[in-house]
Amino acid sequence: MSEETMSQEETIKKLIKRVEKLERNAPQDKLCIGVMDGDYDKTMAAFIIALGAAAYDMEVDMFFTFWALPALRDPRKKPKKDFLGKMFGAMLPSSAMKMPLSKMQMMGMGPKMIQAVMKMHNAKSLEELMKDAAEFGIRIHVCTMAMDVMGIKKEEIIDYPHIDYLGVGAFVGMFSEAKQCWFM
Amino acid sequence: MSEELKALSVDTEVDARGTACPGPLLEAKRAIADCPEDGIMCILSSDEGTIIDVQRWCKKMGHEYLGDYEDDGYWRVFMKKIEE
Repeated sequence: MSEETMSQEETIKKLIKRVEKLERNAPQDKLCIGVMDGDYDKTMAAFIIALGAAAYDMEVDMFFTFWALPALRDPRKKPKKDFLGKMFGAMLPSSAMKMPLSKMQMMGMGPKMIQAVMKMHNAKSLEELMKDAAEFGIRIHVCTMAMDVMGIKKEEIIDYPHIDYLGVGAFVGMFSEAKQCWFM
Repeated sequence: MSEELKALSVDTEVDARGTACPGPLLEAKRAIADCPEDGIMCILSSDEGTIIDVQRWCKKMGHEYLGDYEDDGYWRVFMKKIEE
């Protein structure tokens, strides 16, 4: 074998390695949304965008943390908690439908009004959007650290088919593969 | 334009009237699976935004956007399903 073919072979090997690395790091047709705000309207926007992406056959991962956790609470489920957990639980909205608005809260009247107006215009409620999200395979990931801090238990989380519990390590892994990552 | 569209034989009709964004797009996404290849799908929507939504959706998904016209208080949006 001549020296020239040797070096050609080596170059090809190097190139293959580089291509493999590029392929591993190439963004996939995925959207990641981090949801931290506990506002009804912002959570709604997150789900509407997630559903739009799902209609485009994009895989969607939603990561719920801190104030957004009450969006995933089921008010019918009441697990046993310690004193602090109970206190936090009582202060946080008991379900998605009880979350405040980011604007025009008007001492609690805002959400009722906006929900009525939305119904009038046939806009879907957050609950309905979540049902669609389940149907379209949108994955919800719940931050376990925030759950601990806020005293929210797995036993009070809504029944959702694509849900799991994880930390920032997994979320970073997800958005490093995704084309887009948003945090709201 | 609308005369040509009216003359089309529609394979799949999606009545998404009375649903707001993202309802019509989701209805279209649900129905496209049942539409035959090269079949014509017509989406009925009372939300004008559906027109450009479906145009862009077709472009990305590889379907062919055929056109739209306003009917009695709603829009009819036509597209052809192309299997990639």
